[in-house]
Amino acid sequence: MADVILEVKNLTKHFKTKRGLLHAVDGVSFTLERGKTLGLVGESGCGKSTTGRTILRLIEPTAGETIFEGTDVNKLNASQLRHARKDMQLIFQDPYSSLDPRKTVSQIIAEPLQANKIFKTKEEIEARVEELMATVGLAPRLFNTYPHELDGGRRQRIGIARALAMDPKFIICDEPVSALDVSIQAQILNLLKELQEERGLSYIFITHDLSVVNHFSDDIAVMYLGKIVEKAPSEELFANPVHPYTQALLSAIPVPEIGEKRERIIIKGEITSPINPPDECRFYKRCNYACDKCKSLPELQEIKPGHFVACHRIGEI
Amino acid sequence: MTKKNTTINVENKEQYKKRSMWAEVWRNYKKNPSAMIGLVIVVALVLIAVFARIYFDFDTDIVQQDVQNKFAHPNGEHWFGTDHYGRDVFTRVLYGASYSLIVGIISVSISCLLGSTLGVVAAYYGGIVENIIMRICDVFVGIPSILLGVAIMSAFGQSIAVLMWAIGLVYVPMFARIARAAVLPVRDQEYIEAARVIGVKDGAIMVKHILPNALSPIIVQTTMGVANAILTASNLSFLGLGIPVPAPEWGAMLSESRNYIRDHGYLTIFPGLAIMITVLAFNLMGDGLRDALDPKLKK
Amino acid sequence: MSEKDLVLDLKNLNVKFVTEDATVYAINGLNMELERGKAIGLVGETGAGKTTTALSLLRLVQSPPGVVECDKMEINGKDVLTMGIKDLESMRGKDISMIFQDPMTALNPVFTVGEQIAESVFLHENCTKEEANQRAIEMLELVGIPGERAGEYPHQFSGGMKQRVVIAIALACHPQLLIADEPTTALDVTIQAQVLDMMKNLREQYQTSLIMITHDLGIVAEICDEVAVMYAGTVVEKGTLEDVFNHTKHPYTEGLFNSLPNINDRKAKLTPIKGLMPDPSNLPEGCAFHPRCPYATEACKQPQHLRQISDTHYVVCDRYNEPDFHIEREEK
Repeated sequence: MADVILEVKNLTKHFKTKRGLLHAVDGVSFTLERGKTLGLVGESGCGKSTTGRTILRLIEPTAGETIFEGTDVNKLNASQLRHARKDMQLIFQDPYSSLDPRKTVSQIIAEPLQANKIFKTKEEIEARVEELMATVGLAPRLFNTYPHELDGGRRQRIGIARALAMDPKFIICDEPVSALDVSIQAQILNLLKELQEERGLSYIFITHDLSVVNHFSDDIAVMYLGKIVEKAPSEELFANPVHPYTQALLSAIPVPEIGEKRERIIIKGEITSPINPPDECRFYKRCNYACDKCKSLPELQEIKPGHFVACHRIGEI
Repeated sequence: MTKKNTTINVENKEQYKKRSMWAEVWRNYKKNPSAMIGLVIVVALVLIAVFARIYFDFDTDIVQQDVQNKFAHPNGEHWFGTDHYGRDVFTRVLYGASYSLIVGIISVSISCLLGSTLGVVAAYYGGIVENIIMRICDVFVGIPSILLGVAIMSAFGQSIAVLMWAIGLVYVPMFARIARAAVLPVRDQEYIEAARVIGVKDGAIMVKHILPNALSPIIVQTTMGVANAILTASNLSFLGLGIPVPAPEWGAMLSESRNYIRDHGYLTIFPGLAIMITVLAFNLMGDGLRDALDPKLKK
Repeated sequence: MSEKDLVLDLKNLNVKFVTEDATVYAINGLNMELERGKAIGLVGETGAGKTTTALSLLRLVQSPPGVVECDKMEINGKDVLTMGIKDLESMRGKDISMIFQDPMTALNPVFTVGEQIAESVFLHENCTKEEANQRAIEMLELVGIPGERAGEYPHQFSGGMKQRVVIAIALACHPQLLIADEPTTALDVTIQAQVLDMMKNLREQYQTSLIMITHDLGIVAEICDEVAVMYAGTVVEKGTLEDVFNHTKHPYTEGLFNSLPNINDRKAKLTPIKGLMPDPSNLPEGCAFHPRCPYATEACKQPQHLRQISDTHYVVCDRYNEPDFHIEREEK
């Protein structure tokens, strides 16, 4: 039996809007094993970030359970939740807006320690901040600098140090490298990977960049309009994508190699509205293989051990 | 539009200068001559107010009548002349600075504290809380401020404390609106969410993260508000509802001397000038602060 | 050597921004040539000076603080440097056109998309309003938007659709040279695939020369013939796709490739370039890349020279003065 740190069951978030009910996250279920990484992939508006925030209850879920180490996070009261969040952290996409511009680097990293009253004296806090800065590769002389004086990569390191301050077991990385240049992106990815190996961290890695997620994750879940359409171990997913959307998504990645031009599947149109979606396969209107069967919602089925697909036409296409 | 690399590469800069936000603001502020004039006048006014209080005695220098000497035109002994009771206008104008400044500053502090708190709370929680607070503010904005001031003054009696509360309350809705508008964009920043993830409580988030980042427009409004408050205090005094006579409040002095305006115009000119210069100085300062605090104006 | 038909000939471009605090050296001695009908990819990271280069070509660098100096800048055979404002205006949009990165802000929200396309046509071509409107509808259909949507406003279009409109405006007067500044960065992958596909087809159809500014080597591999890799305001390596991708010469280009996750080998470790982009107001002596370069020697602190490797392949790296110097990537 695998050591499961997080189990999400039927997580749902609907927002009320003037035009109807927006299905941001629509019955998402998955499990995450300790020390592993689950990649959550999809295009803008597919609900991947909302899923991450709903797990941490930064957004209150409409329905569903989030079982973290045996307790349902959705049933905790405010102070229990604050306690639970010591173990569950978030790294943000934008290293600019996620750091308070009026605070120095050390103040930012010290804040979780102060808020949770971990240490009694100022010296202990400072020592811990210095230790954290060393862990993420920030030079000690940056202690009193302000974020706006630093580049994106360093800022992202501050965000990581802040997330690590409470020694969490599980971190949601919400597009942690998409705002960074390639050479810096590689530095941060390597850092996250090393931290995982040293500390046995479990990650949910949210991204739209498929080549990054392939490199980083053990399992990948592909989301489309609030639903997981396909979920499999990374190698399996890249080798045998089954869902038509996954296939199109994978073929759309520009590969920095010449010569081997792969067949590109261009899907028609753009993402449809998540407001009051009809009870048909969410991909129905754009799918090249759509047929009458697809006018009902497909369920995730296991087609191989660990490989789940939600499509009515498995095996036919 | 050129995208310039504005991040400082600390690695290459041995001589790394730490510059806090306020040092930066001061650097920008200094470059603006009219703002500096405003600041100099305000500092001068404060000094005048303090020394007038120390140097002059209220009973003998300010209110004691000398009827024989009344309506002396400005001369070597009485620089600004004397009024209908023979009191020296120059001393009274100097002494009056302290009333205007105290009323202006304290009443604006009241409205700033109350108004910003309401605005921050409204913007942070949103929804029904925001609706209740902001709709009540809207109602009060709908009443002309002088009318509201008059109403409060006549209900609670005439004293300097009531005057300050009256003016303070009159400007609360304005501060609430400005604070709310300033907080709204800050509220959606990711560092607010980040603070929540790491376990910071709501109250602490508002004080430690939201307020400092929404402070600029509030500071500007406070400075400008002092000018407004001084003007309102003078207006109320002019209507006979402000600081009770014989205190040398500038508005009250104007009011008293308006009967003699035909023959003794200087009686209205000097207190009027004093009000004008003070209001102008605070407005110049507010304008300068707004420019200095606005990062968009930096190149 | 036979006379090449150059649509762009740029020699020794220098752009600096002079402010009170510091002088930012954005472009330092940049040379670029582009043959008619070819597409060149301008690759580099934030702050490498890609966008500044493009704006210089359109003479759109704000001055002050910008100072643009150049030995030669010819577009379509016309000398851009000495042009008067009238000629410049007629050149922009007609000879050279630009697509900006953010389609959300590139369109004016108070005019219909049809009007915005027609405006460009009406300004440059001798035609009536009706003809311009007709052309606008044709252009929309060309970029895959139904002509009847010409009467709609930008907010009625999605991001991908807006970028198509922006492309339609840029191509409306059939420019000789099109500069695309990260045209798909703001778009989703599947939409990016649609737009790139469309751009490729249009380019074949109209033989437009293209400068593709991007940080994504994958996009370059997809639609360009040549690549110029920029670092700290200068081109460090230039050549055909084959030259740069398969016979990489410059250590920075190698670093870029090694930083990318390999989609076919997910276990391969990423090798990032150490350190950070240099501060453009305080560039390192000699080769600007030397503090980050794994192959750097003392000699790299001296000014570097352009070296021709083959007919098409150029690199700026003096380590090649040593006869047996090579970088790791080249070995495989």
